[in-house]
Amino acid sequence: MPGFLLRRIALLIPSLIGITLLVFALLHLIPGDPVEALSGERGMAPERRAQLMLRFGLDQPLPAQYLRYVGHAVQGDLGNSIATGEPVLREFADRFPATLELSAAAMLFALLVGIPAGVLAALRRNTPMDYGVMGVSLAGYSMPIFWWGLLLILFFSVHLGWTPVSGRIAIEFDPPRVTGLMLVDAWLSGEAGAFRSALSHLVLPAIVLGTIPLAVLARMTRSAMLEVLGEDFIRAARARGLAPWRVVLRHALRNALIPVLTVVGLQIGALLGGAVLTENLFSWPGVGKWLVEAIHRRDYPVVQGGILLCAVLVIATTFVVDLLYGYVNPRIRHAR
Amino acid sequence: MPADNLASSAPKLAPDLAPVSPGTAFWRVFSANRGAVAGLVIAVLLIACALFAPSLAPHSPLEQYRDAVLKPPAWMQGSDPRFLLGTDPVGRDLLSRLIFGARLSLGLGLVSVTLSLAFGVLLGLLAGYARGWGDALVMRIADVLIALPALLLAIAVVAVIGPSLVNTMIAVAIVMLPHYVRLTRATVLQEREREYVLASRIAGAGPLRLMFSVILPNCAAPLIVQATLGFSTAILDAAALGFLGLGAQPPAAEWGAMLAGALEFIETAWWVSSLPGLAIFLTVLAFNLLGDGLRDALDPRLRQ
Amino acid sequence: MSLLEVRNLTVQFGPRERPVIAVEGLDLELDAGEVLGLVGESGSGKSVASLALMGLLAPQARVSADVMRYDGRDLQALSARERRALLGREIAMVFQDPHASLDPCFSVGDQLMETLAAHHGGPRAKLREQALDLLRQVEIPDPEARLKAYPHQLSGGMSQRVGIALAIAGNARLLIADEPTTALDVTVQAQIVALLLRLQRERGMGLILISHDLALVSQLAHRVLVLYAGQEMEQGPVPALFEAPRHPYTEALLRALPEHNRGAARLQALPGNVPAADARPAACLFSPRCPHAQARCHAERPALEGPGDARVRCFFPLADAQRHPLGAPA
Repeated sequence: MPGFLLRRIALLIPSLIGITLLVFALLHLIPGDPVEALSGERGMAPERRAQLMLRFGLDQPLPAQYLRYVGHAVQGDLGNSIATGEPVLREFADRFPATLELSAAAMLFALLVGIPAGVLAALRRNTPMDYGVMGVSLAGYSMPIFWWGLLLILFFSVHLGWTPVSGRIAIEFDPPRVTGLMLVDAWLSGEAGAFRSALSHLVLPAIVLGTIPLAVLARMTRSAMLEVLGEDFIRAARARGLAPWRVVLRHALRNALIPVLTVVGLQIGALLGGAVLTENLFSWPGVGKWLVEAIHRRDYPVVQGGILLCAVLVIATTFVVDLLYGYVNPRIRHAR
Repeated sequence: MPADNLASSAPKLAPDLAPVSPGTAFWRVFSANRGAVAGLVIAVLLIACALFAPSLAPHSPLEQYRDAVLKPPAWMQGSDPRFLLGTDPVGRDLLSRLIFGARLSLGLGLVSVTLSLAFGVLLGLLAGYARGWGDALVMRIADVLIALPALLLAIAVVAVIGPSLVNTMIAVAIVMLPHYVRLTRATVLQEREREYVLASRIAGAGPLRLMFSVILPNCAAPLIVQATLGFSTAILDAAALGFLGLGAQPPAAEWGAMLAGALEFIETAWWVSSLPGLAIFLTVLAFNLLGDGLRDALDPRLRQ
Repeated sequence: MSLLEVRNLTVQFGPRERPVIAVEGLDLELDAGEVLGLVGESGSGKSVASLALMGLLAPQARVSADVMRYDGRDLQALSARERRALLGREIAMVFQDPHASLDPCFSVGDQLMETLAAHHGGPRAKLREQALDLLRQVEIPDPEARLKAYPHQLSGGMSQRVGIALAIAGNARLLIADEPTTALDVTVQAQIVALLLRLQRERGMGLILISHDLALVSQLAHRVLVLYAGQEMEQGPVPALFEAPRHPYTEALLRALPEHNRGAARLQALPGNVPAADARPAACLFSPRCPHAQARCHAERPALEGPGDARVRCFFPLADAQRHPLGAPA
């Protein structure tokens, strides 16, 4: 395990450096004047321009600028939004819990439905159930999720009126912000109906966002299970007289979940991309919506900072999942 | 021993004795997969739509009929017989826009995949064959690009070069690029130690010839499968960009943008958003089925 | 009373029009305390037959037999659940690849205690004691430490000992050992063989030893059954079978042993291949490769001839004059 840990950390550093380079390059690849891009001001007087260049450090050679950028970023200074003047990091932190809540709910949904579906499909191989699960899975990752969300809105919100169309909670509720997670804050506020409202607002977006991970997980679980079920030790476990459910759940699934964990890690990254789309569709006030608006507005500090933060988050989460994988896989856990 | 390990799988039948050409063998496996055949049929229809759009579409996709705004499709009440699938908020024929949207989306997919494939394979071949620090550099860059979620990277690219149809193609191509680089490089690394490559080297083949004439054909099968599946991913990503308003700009008939543009009318005119989404779904589904079918048919292990 | 009685066991796979016949018309008997050697090359059906007895073949397998009785009970009349109840408690199996028989995610102790709990139940402390005791019985040194070990941390021989411990945890009376030493180093093979023999004698188990290694079988078995292409070719007591084989195939197997080729320029290998499992001819299955084959052999299939413990399936079983001077294997 220690060797594995060290190797993973060693891979982490270049990835982080690479991301900062990429994001830094972003600003200088934009056609036009970087000073205008960073400040949002057009047609400035020369003195004003010189003043701004100094402030943004744009008079320095590129490598120095890069180091300056990284130095500031590490301290949390990612510039200020052109639109609001607020620090980019704070705007991100304000909106991130919303994205987190949505993504976590989506992943939970995907795990709770996808993995059992995959197990069932593997156990009932080549039966209608198997084909059904695989067919639904194929449809799931062929669908544009903004269309899927649209269909669900049409049915559940417009036609049935069961769920709301946008937002995180009904307008009449305004629970004080403790964690930033609406479900938790609504619960803590103690207001009657607040939690329920928050839940009903979360349900549809979470299902929409979780559909593709669900489809992928179902498929992967099925194929991992099929592979494990064909292994000798499963047959040996049966030969010892162990109960079938025990063989399947305790032995087969446990082994099958190891490769599935890798897939979960990959899906976390994909969730963020999907979150951008879902937030825009449901007007969910998260990071994704903020980022896209910034691009339309040409709010470059936000674009740059937002992408950097999202990328760092994805790399960090993948790293954690990697470590978890190392722990869960007994060969790696016991290695030197 | 394989013959005795029969607890979980039955042994395969003895192969047919009469030799079959690879093409026939391929078709046999492929056509047995009904999903793949369905995918092929739909794909062909879509390609036909895209190619013959001007002749197929009853109207121009850009013409606005002010007197027929938000007309429902033919099977609903209040429809206008001129517009089989109804009209959008500014009176444009939805059917025509969908047909031209096929041209746009498929064209976009084709260009993105071709660009991505061409550069990706080239870089992969060079990296895998040459090794050394160039290889390491290419792979590190590929790793960073792959670490980013696809849509995020595409958005970042569009943020830099601005939203437009052409830039969508470039953004999507960049997203897919590292996957082809990795795939090609992995196959090259595997193949370059094989005997047939060593034999060619001894025979005097230079590096260029080795890379392109000897190694590349053997990477063809997985690349073809990846390209087909990548095609559907490209269409999805492009539609996503269009949905966010970061793709082809109005009045272009891009499916994703069409869906986003009519969201506010969802309660009264659901078809304007839903039908473009359905078109995206069917297209992606068709090419996914096709790609899966190709993969199964080209996999040598499944062939007798 | 016989522990195991099987008559006309047939196992088929694949489409009914063109089935793959893995085992055909096999008869087996075994008494408690007896060791039966099941010998044959790859594809002879020996593993399939034993898996069929345990009911562990895939559902697509079509198993049929006139008689399949364990301890007087008709196995074919049992429900799936009743059949499962026999596994581990009455009939147990030791597999060829020791590592592949152990779940890599759980420690040795976990797997032992799990099996013990399934068969005997009881508090955890008691299960642990029983597990330690099993490890001692299979001669594993330092059992306390081994309880916490994971399969990949064990050597081949150690894993196989654990495999044996798991197999006898339920106090089965019939043990089937499928190539138990094939995957092990030569030095370890002898130890495992001795272990199996000791356990078998101590517990009075019936043991079916499946192997392609004639030398191994000759050390342990009371009787040997020779399988070829899913059919029994010869059965006889040890050492009589090895000293005076009656079927040409048995003789060929013995002749191919390195011990018998000392001083010879080449090993005497058997030319040809086992006939394809889905295209079995109506002739004697061994006739294409038999050095003594005659016209009748290529046209008809011989039936098993002889008393229960010394049978042979051959129109022209070898008489003394035809045999090469062999003697029992060294």
